[in-house]
Amino acid sequence: MSKLHSFHGGIHPPTHKKESTQSPIMTAPLPAQLIIPFRQHAGEAAKPVVQVGERVLKGQLIGEPVGAISSSIHAPTSGTITAIELQQVAHPSALPDLCATLVPDGLDEWGVRQPLSYRQLSSVELQKHLRRCGIVGMGGAVFPSDMKLSHPVVVNTLIINGAECEPYITCDDMLMRERAEGIVRGIEILRHALGTDAVLIGIEDNKPQAIAAMQRAIDESSHPFKVVVVPTLYPGGSAKHLIKVLTGVEVPSGKLPTDVGVQCFNVATAYTVHRAVEHGEALVSRVVTVTGNVEHARNYEALIGTPFSDLVALSLPKADTDRYIMGGPMMGVELPAVNVPLVKASNCVIAASDALFPPQPPAMPCIRCTRCAQACPAELQPQDLYWFAQSDNFGKALEYDLFDCIECGACAYVCPSSIPLVQYYRYAKSEIRARDLEKRAADLARERHDFRQFRIEREKQEKAERLAQKERAAAEAKAAAAAVAAATPADPDADTDDTQQIRIDAALARAKEQAAAATPKNTETLTPEQRAEIEAIEARRAKIHDLAADAGADDEPPKNSQGN
Amino acid sequence: MLSSPFIARPLSVDRIMRRVLYALLPGIALYVWYFGPAILVSIALAATTALATEALMLKLRDRPVRPFLSDYSALLTGVLIALSIPPFAPWWLPVVGTAFAIAVAKHLYGGLGSNPFNPAMIGYAVLIISFPQEMTQWISPQGMGHSVLSYGEQLRYVFSGVLPAGMQLDALTMSTPLDTLKTQLQLGMTVSDIRDLPIYGRLAGKGSEMVAAGFALGGLYLLIARIIPWQLPVAFLGTLFALSGVFHLIDPAHYAPPLFHWFSGAAMIGAFFILTDPITSPTTAKGRILFGIGAGVLTFVIRAYGGFPDGVAFATILMNMCVPLIDVWTQPRIFGKKKKESKR
Ligand code: SF4
Ligand code: SF4
Repeated sequence: MSKLHSFHGGIHPPTHKKESTQSPIMTAPLPAQLIIPFRQHAGEAAKPVVQVGERVLKGQLIGEPVGAISSSIHAPTSGTITAIELQQVAHPSALPDLCATLVPDGLDEWGVRQPLSYRQLSSVELQKHLRRCGIVGMGGAVFPSDMKLSHPVVVNTLIINGAECEPYITCDDMLMRERAEGIVRGIEILRHALGTDAVLIGIEDNKPQAIAAMQRAIDESSHPFKVVVVPTLYPGGSAKHLIKVLTGVEVPSGKLPTDVGVQCFNVATAYTVHRAVEHGEALVSRVVTVTGNVEHARNYEALIGTPFSDLVALSLPKADTDRYIMGGPMMGVELPAVNVPLVKASNCVIAASDALFPPQPPAMPCIRCTRCAQACPAELQPQDLYWFAQSDNFGKALEYDLFDCIECGACAYVCPSSIPLVQYYRYAKSEIRARDLEKRAADLARERHDFRQFRIEREKQEKAERLAQKERAAAEAKAAAAAVAAATPADPDADTDDTQQIRIDAALARAKEQAAAATPKNTETLTPEQRAEIEAIEARRAKIHDLAADAGADDEPPKNSQGN
Repeated sequence: MLSSPFIARPLSVDRIMRRVLYALLPGIALYVWYFGPAILVSIALAATTALATEALMLKLRDRPVRPFLSDYSALLTGVLIALSIPPFAPWWLPVVGTAFAIAVAKHLYGGLGSNPFNPAMIGYAVLIISFPQEMTQWISPQGMGHSVLSYGEQLRYVFSGVLPAGMQLDALTMSTPLDTLKTQLQLGMTVSDIRDLPIYGRLAGKGSEMVAAGFALGGLYLLIARIIPWQLPVAFLGTLFALSGVFHLIDPAHYAPPLFHWFSGAAMIGAFFILTDPITSPTTAKGRILFGIGAGVLTFVIRAYGGFPDGVAFATILMNMCVPLIDVWTQPRIFGKKKKESKR
């Protein structure tokens, strides 16, 4: 077995994985209605291709990808589309997004499924197929999987992420225990598409059953894949950190794993790849952990679009549950409402209460103890970043690599002063992004203004020139007329005016073109999606601002100490 | 709506400070054993002053009193001041020093987390500059040749100012081992002659060497419990050892041996309890090593050539001033970056 490497920092929060691994994955019953967002992946939202009132079959395309980075959306079961409208989704901004509402007919009737034999397929054909099936990264980033196979450089190691380092979440664990064979088949398809030899499957050592199941499936398949047991350490499941642990290679800041010849997929993604290729099934369901303050914590195989409220109800939340978190306790987001739908990114929902997640004591001033820095897997200086963020010193924050922060929360977890550090980083990041946008818009406006001035000037000049030329022509004509001119051929200067005009027209047209080319970048002509995104950013910013202000009010020191 | 992480399990500030206070206990116990219980009175005075001043300053600055008072940081400052001044000093000495430390060195600079200088060392520096006489009169350890007070007599003196009949305060006090070394060297004695004086023990001052050992023991606990970073004490003690060792080898008649430096004055308490104050020391590993080396060099230089018998306090304050610079200079590389290519 290859030698393991390690990364700086990391923490050992209580894992709480036992609760939800006691019973097998259960197929959730068909809900009364499904709400299917058209944006469930990184990149452009899918474009609806069905009409309200239309009957759809399970696996039928209802949203098609738009642009390079995008993916497809399918009907998770057969039934009728009853609405296509903005609805609340599981997004921290709590902003509505375009969704289709599907009322199941109870038949769960599949549309055409076209299984393929991957060995006969080229990587490009496979990519097309995955895009058609709506396959995206199931680990949370939901990046379209086809994009991750279309790489310009050689990939020599395929890493499969089964680390699942976040506390409470067990969907990958259970998937590996129960469907290892499918996962292994999916891995083989990915390996084939990438043309790699080495395959390393990283699983944290707190999942012995998953490790055994995977090993068994690999042995049976006789693929030369390697299961590598990695120590349980949060955030060891972060792709870049898992790559470091398995290969010793650090993906450079701002670069992709492929830049160091590695590509990384989640185990659940490998499984959906298997279903898509060998069964022709689009991504219409996923395994999700329901845990926390519930009577029956467990994993469900649920259709995309199932309202979380339905899933939670199956697990019987305890009486004092007052909020729900999508994802784990370290990086998850609180759901704006419990009836928002399950999406491709939803790996876990935690019923929470003050007893389960006690509120943090009020923040105290930073004592520069650097426990945060010792815990930071990105090897940042969180105490400095905090200082810059709370004093709005964004230039310094950038200089201290704020954007290399993966928001894992390890720093906040260990901070003796209970400072909500990650909140400050999110605030600073969104503030910097917003200012960047503003600046670009302002630059554009200035450019346009300058160009207009320039054009007016030029037009003036050209007019003057034209006038002068006309006079000259008149004078010449006069002179010519005065000269002996009985059989003069066509006056060569006669059309001067016209050519001049044509030239001016051309210049104007060019100017217009340039202006037109410039405008689309401006905010006035943004697509609705872009505008929605900006609004989302704005809303998030305002919220974080409030939060940060609250935190500041509670602990006081951040603001006042600057004065000294 | 709250945002992630939703869980945290820190070692809170008050628990950290409490552990540091516990770690002082062996040193304090040995202090009482060798020098009598008067130190406990100083500690009580300084601690009370510290808490009262802290509360007052928080009130004046319109800050919540409770959470800050219960973080034990003021208490620790008070205890450290009490431990650095002579226990038989007049009652107002620890009071003035502590009040100044908390009010000026801590709160006027913005309170916990914002003070650039170690408050306890500022308090000490102010006292030794303003009251050099009172600050250098240390009591002799128990069991020494000349007159000493029993524990009961000591306490009676502290509270009522009454000495047993026929006893003079002068006869009870002496200058510290470091001080004596310095003055005797100036008088032309050699180090080995000086160390034959009755106030010296095996390594350094009789009694005080054991107290220093007690602080070292507490410091080791803090190291093992990872309450303090190892770079600071190691770099500081290492530098002090190396430097004094070299000088001692070259000129043993005029330079005391390294272990003498280690177990004299505030070297041990400084290494583990003062330099390690997170607020006033660097945040990077490299920076801490630089800081420790700097403090070691300065301590040695002040001890060997300066006008004050001990150099730990001034070395600390001088190095405190360099911390922002050291921090900027020693920013480590981050994950996925070769080296800091930035322009800091
Ligand atoms: S852990 Fe908290 S108190 Fe310690 S340095 Fe980091 S931010 Fe400051
Ligand atoms: S949240 Fe950011 S700063 Fe904090 S530990 Fe994680 S990467 Fe480091």
